[in-house]
Amino acid sequence: MNNYYFTEEHNLFRESLRTFLHKEVMPNIDQWEEDQRIPRDVWKKMGDMGFLGLSYPSQYGGMELDFFYDVIFTEETSKMFSGGFTITQLVVQYMSSTYILKYGSEKLKAKYLPGIISGELISAVGISEPGAGSDVANIQTKAIREGEHYVVNGSKTFITNGVYGDFIVTVVKTDPSKGPAGVSLLVIDRNAEGVSATKLKKLGWHSSDTAELAFDNVKVPVENLVGEEGQGFYYLMGGLQLERLVGGVSAYSGCEAIMGYTLQYMSERSAFGRPINRFQVLRHRMAQLASEIEACKQFVLYCARLHNDGKYAVKECSMAKLLATELSDKTAYQCLQNFGGYGFMEEYKVARMFRDSRVGTIGGGTSEIMREIIAKMIIDDVSYEAASQPSSNGAVANGKSENGLSLDQILNGIQSKAADAKPLGKTLKFDFGNEQLFIDGTGEKNAVSKDNKEADCSVDVSFEDFVALTKGKLNPMNAVMSGKIKIKGDMGVAMKLQSLFG
Amino acid sequence: MSYYFNEDHQLFRSSLRDFLEKEVRPNVRQYEADGEIPRSLYHRFGEMGYLGLGFPEKYGGLNLDIWYSVVFIEELCRMNSGGLSAAIWAHPGLALTHILAEGNEKQKEKYLPSGILGKSIGCLAITEPFGGSDVQALRTTAIKDGDHYIVNGSKTFITNGVNSDYIVTAVKTAPENKMISMLIIERDRKGVSATKLDKLGWRASDTGEIAFDEVRVPVENLLGAEDAGFFYIMQHFVSERLGMALQGLAYSEYALEVTLKYVNERTAFGRKINRFQVLRHRIAQMASEIEMNKAFIYSLYQRYADGDYLVKEASMAKLLATQLNDKVATECLQMFGGYGFMEDYPMARMFRDARLGQIGGGTSEILCEIISKIMIDQVNYKTPINKNK
Repeated sequence: MNNYYFTEEHNLFRESLRTFLHKEVMPNIDQWEEDQRIPRDVWKKMGDMGFLGLSYPSQYGGMELDFFYDVIFTEETSKMFSGGFTITQLVVQYMSSTYILKYGSEKLKAKYLPGIISGELISAVGISEPGAGSDVANIQTKAIREGEHYVVNGSKTFITNGVYGDFIVTVVKTDPSKGPAGVSLLVIDRNAEGVSATKLKKLGWHSSDTAELAFDNVKVPVENLVGEEGQGFYYLMGGLQLERLVGGVSAYSGCEAIMGYTLQYMSERSAFGRPINRFQVLRHRMAQLASEIEACKQFVLYCARLHNDGKYAVKECSMAKLLATELSDKTAYQCLQNFGGYGFMEEYKVARMFRDSRVGTIGGGTSEIMREIIAKMIIDDVSYEAASQPSSNGAVANGKSENGLSLDQILNGIQSKAADAKPLGKTLKFDFGNEQLFIDGTGEKNAVSKDNKEADCSVDVSFEDFVALTKGKLNPMNAVMSGKIKIKGDMGVAMKLQSLFG
Repeated sequence: MSYYFNEDHQLFRSSLRDFLEKEVRPNVRQYEADGEIPRSLYHRFGEMGYLGLGFPEKYGGLNLDIWYSVVFIEELCRMNSGGLSAAIWAHPGLALTHILAEGNEKQKEKYLPSGILGKSIGCLAITEPFGGSDVQALRTTAIKDGDHYIVNGSKTFITNGVNSDYIVTAVKTAPENKMISMLIIERDRKGVSATKLDKLGWRASDTGEIAFDEVRVPVENLLGAEDAGFFYIMQHFVSERLGMALQGLAYSEYALEVTLKYVNERTAFGRKINRFQVLRHRIAQMASEIEMNKAFIYSLYQRYADGDYLVKEASMAKLLATQLNDKVATECLQMFGGYGFMEDYPMARMFRDARLGQIGGGTSEILCEIISKIMIDQVNYKTPINKNK
């Protein structure tokens, strides 16, 4: 069979990783699930074998390989029939330390990256709080600067590796007065004074430790800030794409594993004098599932290719995560059914797969959040740009911005936004020099057109800054203060920009 | 940005789209009312070169790569008439494809150049009143009598079965024979008659039941080798199913496109209906499934072009994309409210046209049979002839 993603070298790597996992991991999974903990030495062994840090730079011990090695790593670790095992290292490699790699200072990278590549350090990412998950702009954990330190207060929850891990890339508000613009990322050592953790009991993922973390006046050196203050929101938006893509890979790969396991069982189990794989209803159910898994896999691999090529594929990655995790639930449910009573018994791996799968449509952004993102992109023509990298030389291929938008491309989005906002009561013109945008707010609804007409108020602004305004990336008041926007005429209208683009 | 279509493909797409919008779209409702498309439309498609995209130049074809045919099917489906697409596509996609692959030089000379020009029209007749996908159970016989076959039997659900000039027909050369053969039967031979069938959808195509009563056909009309028909059919099933998958996808994409436009214009309770979260999420889900099917189908066309024999995967793709089309047609129609039920809006026609997807070219159940045989029983469908390599 042709394969457009994996070369001979990739396949050799897969073989060696698979051999390792079947020897060192598979026989111990039941025990780890029972212990609700994975011993550290297995990660160290994986580090020694060169299985960690696959696409990280060599200066920190990484292998600088392409993203399809990461795909293989994710696929194979997802076939161990333990979501807890899988997620522990996926969080380290693709969901937390990546922020340090992409946006962190040289000092932070040198301090933390070699450890996560050698398997000696375990990292976590602290986003969700008891009161806010995907609504990142509303997080409450504060990091207030005092001299050379931030003082952190607040709490985080559902944090994988939060109990036994070594450090947490934590989402904090460095400026609580602001929304998204006040969000920053801070590396907090797990054993720093004032950090405490409670281990949470879960439906599944039993071998991973999931924590509620409390930060009580934790002093964190200023140098632990990842990238720039106030940029955390944008770093997260980029990082979450990778998280979702990896989640999609893990989900379809898990489906393949359950499928193979179930087909094996169906060929051995007999009922009414024949193997149950002779019954047409079960055969067709498996055929349908196999088709969906194959299509889903090809789609996620396509998304992986986009990622590998440096495309910032927000829509596709959100779709991939949505579909693959929902398919995983369906596959686990239907495969368990084929096991009859044994499906309910811990003796068979399908029971664990069923409960472990359930978190897929919740973690890393729920299915509902995925659909919100997708709907915004296809209905409102919102587009997302990658955050710029303050310090480069990261080997993870990502982060090319989608520049070159034209007024026509964003016009629909602006029209629907303006129509939803309260009527301005006046007319307003944005002047980009070569093009103009006219908003008539005197009617029942704000009407947007490309006409160049006389207006109560005219706003001179570059087109780039205007795009940033419409996306909420540029605060209108800040833009006025910094001179990015020049207002002629009725200043009162300008005050309403906030309601228009808020 | 695309991994499959280059600039030439895109130019072809835009000129084809212009042609269809100008010369076809205004007449679709008439074709639907007439229950067929006019001969003159085949001529126009032929003149434009659209019927010979992938065919060799020596027969008047353009010898273009598979992606032009993909573009052609996708754009044709944007006309939102399953009957139109089927009537056009059944000619080059089924009849001419069989003749190109299995025909001898004389047959190719006779049928390909005129077929590619849209001057003569063919159809493919396999299904019978008592046997569809169960090809080996077919009953139409062609018994040798000197230098002729005497054909008796009937075929049904044949697209272009009434108006075509010749019928590429699956027959058995002896009643007890399990193997089948392919025979070209000219329409004007004595004993060939056809009845037009009335259908739920696909109204712009003529779908016929064809009867053969003591029809004398010269032995030189045999296509390929005697008793080899089953392998020919199986081989072409792959491209047929990929084509049907692509159509299911293309209709779904078009439904989403017109629906996005409608929900952006229609207001209810003081706002555009695209502001209502339930509709937004439903659209997001559909868009995701469309995107997934697209990535899958394109990946299969790439492998098809590279010579892979994709019995399982093409069956999977057809199964999923036609299911998707049913679902998308139902859900998009719902968003049009009462207008969804009206013929002035696009969803009513798509809803009834989509229903055929899971039936024609092998039902979903047959596809699941094939997939489970390969997956569970390790049945291996070997490639008979690898024409793409």
